[in-house]
Amino acid sequence: MTDLTKLKIAEARDALAKGDLTSLELTEAHIKAVEASSPLNAFIVKTPEIALKNAKAADERIKAGNATAMTGIPVAIKDLFATKGVRTTACSHILDGFVPEYESTVTQNLWDDGAVMLGKLNMDEFAMGSSNETSHYGPVKNPWRAKGSAKGSNADFVPGGSSGGSVTSVAAFTAMGATASDTGGSIRQPAAFTGTFGIKPTYGRCSRYGMVAFASSLDQAGVVTRSVRDGAIMLESVCGFDAKDSTSAQMDVPNFEAALTGDIRGMKIGIPKEYHLDGMPKEIEALWDKGIAWVKDAGAEIIDISLPHTKYALPAYYIIAPAEASSNLARYDGVRYGLRSAPMGASLEDMYEATRAAGFGEEVQRRIMIGTYVLSAGYYDAYYLKAQKVRQLISNDFKTAYQKCDVILTPTAPSAAFAMGEKSDDPLAMYLNDVFTVPASLAGLPGASVPAGLSSDGLPLGLQILGQPWDEANVLKTCGVIEAAAGDLGAPAIWWE
Amino acid sequence: MTYIIQGTRDDFEVVIGLEVHAQVTSKAKLFSGAATAFGAEPNTQVSLVDAAMPGMLPTINAECIRQGVRTGLALGAEINKFSVFDRKNYFYADLPQGYQISQFKHPIVGEGTITINKKDGTSKDIDVERIHLEQDAGKSMHDQHPQMTYVDLNRSGVALMEIVSKPDMASPEEAGLYVGKLRTILRYIGSCDGNMEQGSMRADVNVSVRRAGEPLGTRCEIKNVNSIRFVRQAIEIEARRQVDIIEDGGHIDQETRLFDPVKGETRSMRSKEEAHDYRYFPDPDLLPVEFDDDFIAAARESLPELPDAKHHRFVSDFGISDYNAGVLVAEKESSDFFEELIAALVDASGKKASAVAAKAANWVMGDLFGALNKAGKTLSDCPVSPAQGAELLGLIEDGTISGRTAKDVFEIMFETGDSAEKIVEEKGLKQVSDTGAIEKIIDDLLVANPAQVQQYRDGKVKMIGFFVGQVMKATGGQANPAIVNQLLKPKLDG
Amino acid sequence: MSDIDKATVAKIARLSRIKIEEDRLEGLAGELSNIMGWIEQLNEVDTDNITPMASPVDTKLRWRADEVSDGDKRDAVLINAPQGEYGFFAVPKVIE
Repeated sequence: MTDLTKLKIAEARDALAKGDLTSLELTEAHIKAVEASSPLNAFIVKTPEIALKNAKAADERIKAGNATAMTGIPVAIKDLFATKGVRTTACSHILDGFVPEYESTVTQNLWDDGAVMLGKLNMDEFAMGSSNETSHYGPVKNPWRAKGSAKGSNADFVPGGSSGGSVTSVAAFTAMGATASDTGGSIRQPAAFTGTFGIKPTYGRCSRYGMVAFASSLDQAGVVTRSVRDGAIMLESVCGFDAKDSTSAQMDVPNFEAALTGDIRGMKIGIPKEYHLDGMPKEIEALWDKGIAWVKDAGAEIIDISLPHTKYALPAYYIIAPAEASSNLARYDGVRYGLRSAPMGASLEDMYEATRAAGFGEEVQRRIMIGTYVLSAGYYDAYYLKAQKVRQLISNDFKTAYQKCDVILTPTAPSAAFAMGEKSDDPLAMYLNDVFTVPASLAGLPGASVPAGLSSDGLPLGLQILGQPWDEANVLKTCGVIEAAAGDLGAPAIWWE
Repeated sequence: MTYIIQGTRDDFEVVIGLEVHAQVTSKAKLFSGAATAFGAEPNTQVSLVDAAMPGMLPTINAECIRQGVRTGLALGAEINKFSVFDRKNYFYADLPQGYQISQFKHPIVGEGTITINKKDGTSKDIDVERIHLEQDAGKSMHDQHPQMTYVDLNRSGVALMEIVSKPDMASPEEAGLYVGKLRTILRYIGSCDGNMEQGSMRADVNVSVRRAGEPLGTRCEIKNVNSIRFVRQAIEIEARRQVDIIEDGGHIDQETRLFDPVKGETRSMRSKEEAHDYRYFPDPDLLPVEFDDDFIAAARESLPELPDAKHHRFVSDFGISDYNAGVLVAEKESSDFFEELIAALVDASGKKASAVAAKAANWVMGDLFGALNKAGKTLSDCPVSPAQGAELLGLIEDGTISGRTAKDVFEIMFETGDSAEKIVEEKGLKQVSDTGAIEKIIDDLLVANPAQVQQYRDGKVKMIGFFVGQVMKATGGQANPAIVNQLLKPKLDG
Repeated sequence: MSDIDKATVAKIARLSRIKIEEDRLEGLAGELSNIMGWIEQLNEVDTDNITPMASPVDTKLRWRADEVSDGDKRDAVLINAPQGEYGFFAVPKVIE
């Protein structure tokens, strides 16, 4: 058989069902690929023993005839998800050595469906970052390299963030799919940077139980795969109501794969004028135009819409997310788990300050301090309350727009992947990466990034589709059409083995 | 009668507000399924949510909401059909999340009232500002190890109601009565067991002083006072301290203080010295609590008769004194006991409640409470049931035993749990009311004691006591004294 | 209002319980001022009569029944503790 790691989930599922392939074969191929991928630094914990055990169980299950679409499929898990008995640190030094006694609902859903766990994936520390450069375990390298770039053909690019390990493991053919999480674009932006498909469902679709919290009102789990169909299959597995999460939606999960009819005739696709940014690279504008033309050709109706408060989404986000984070991260205090730094004779207060200074990286410290500041006495109304009101306006913008259209089409990110180190000293420049993804996160809407083309130097570019609440089906369907129209974009040359 | 603290120059008034933390009666915690029972081994009643493990999320216990609403209704307070849980952010070893989930801007219960009845017979309404639900913290133990503090999270996440009064109290007595009355109400409706020794109820006491007629002074908050007596003592001591400072020309710093009942002082809490900035904001892991009128109606329906109503009924229907009614309704157990006792007496005698209540009240408050007190017991482990008490009182009422004998019988009942009739029967304590038999004894006595008869007839009427004594002696104390008197006098008079 | 000075950085670092060495205060003050200055553009937005949005979920809170369904797992609670003794978490002594 050909290289098994090149298979897509849907193809592997069919081959497994037919008996042309065993999960064990598939899993062994992936374990090998994971091993060989170390230079990318996507995996921070490898679990080959668990993978093999899962694979054998999956083969039994397939034989017994009660397999699901995910049974026997090797996947990898963003380190934000607690995995029972497997170290979980959210790539923060402060969670050193933490081995949870519990399993996140998202991963439990995958294991219940028979998926195979390859390991834990690198990410920005506590999901705070847009380049996967804030991880305690070092940066992840984008498997794609630029051709004829001024930086030379061996220059390393960031995979985007915070789900940099997730997209990289999938783009580099080391996992068939990966879990990811999106707070302000952490699935969509890295998916765009690596030529993968990434989808974040409606807030409340996936349980947050067992997912290390960054900003609770924004965090939403999702998946990264190498095709829209694979995304639909895996998303269906991870979604579902969970009584353990008070914000989990008590709704049935539709058959997402069934939505991929390829037929978007008559669908109304909104194009928000505010997403035309000054100084946005021409190739991004061109890609967007191409996307509009594709869906139009497929019979959709293009509707010009306005999301007037778009430019305020980022500043509102950088109040709300740090505010929630400053509180969510207060539990990392060196008392019950993780790192403790207590010099001789240290008081409890000394221990707190030393532990948190040593345990949190710079970006996390920065955001905790911003969050603390905007919530502190005298500033709450001016910052936090103001941001919540702006959030309402942004949400209202979408509600108004969705009276005229079914989905919204935009670029995913204002640029292709940038070089490592390029923006790491400029927090604001880094934050601006999420300009197109943050508004939908604030509104809690489903959104996906689908690979749509390559930049002039051969790096992947993505288009973003945003949907109405609970309408992941139309997001997936539209993405499917764009994917087909974009054709084969190729794959990164394997330089890391 | 105003409570006044006399300084060396001026008279001062004290202004008191209370924040009472009452543990909500529930099987499981406010936001987790761990148990709330008292006294378990350390960290055995802790879920991963209570320990604030990464990614753990709160889910709310319906019973805690219901009990909060019932408590509000019992205080005649406004119930908020929309309330919000906020995070109160601060660091402490026994606060695992680094924040306490509480209610800040939108509490579940608004303004209500508690009426206190003072010793001088007056009553006063103390306004309650709000009640909100919140999590309790864990417990830090500082005395187990020379260098370490040990933390037990069993209490972490247990539901509390914080009942905040307005600064309406003007004396230690009023504050004590307020806490006592609040405790009574909570115990009546079963929303808190009121067990102050186990920490189910504790008060933060805000105290300030001022010269009469002046605006409010700077207040100090005395944390975690855990008995009514300590509430009164802490206020007295703290008010005196503040007066002394002011009269010395100093000023009061707003601060958090600790009451030390052993040393009889309050002192500044070092750990709380730093100014707090709690950074409240709505907890994004939870959604607003909302319910409808039907829910409130059902909560109201579930309330028992409240102490004030019961007090009023005891006076008007049973005809017992206001004081006695007050004592009897102060504890739900005693009012329940009393009512069962009255019911049994009415049942057995066919008399009206008002005809039997006064004696019954005296017996409960005298003999019964006395015996319980002496034995260190409470009504919940009282060996004598209301039905047994009624039987005993019935025996006095129908003349079977004398009041004096009844005391002895009760003593045995209390010890053995036997019924009064059984004891009277077995011990042969039945009063002799047979006039023939008593007449015979009297006649014999008159014959045997002619000198004493003569003394009586010569005007020394006190001698009748001698003959009563002799009759009682002859009957082993069992002669019905009323009958003895009735028969003896005409015979002596000749 | 967006100007965050060294003293403010020190104060919020203390509130955040993050030890920041003196020599980092200046740099952080600049960075945070820069970010807060950028955030100030929110003041351009008219938010009069707008209800603040705390969550994308607009339903009410689900309630769970009052049942003991958790706890009794001291080992799981303590297993990751940096210091646990006699079934307790142990921290440097606190003086009240």
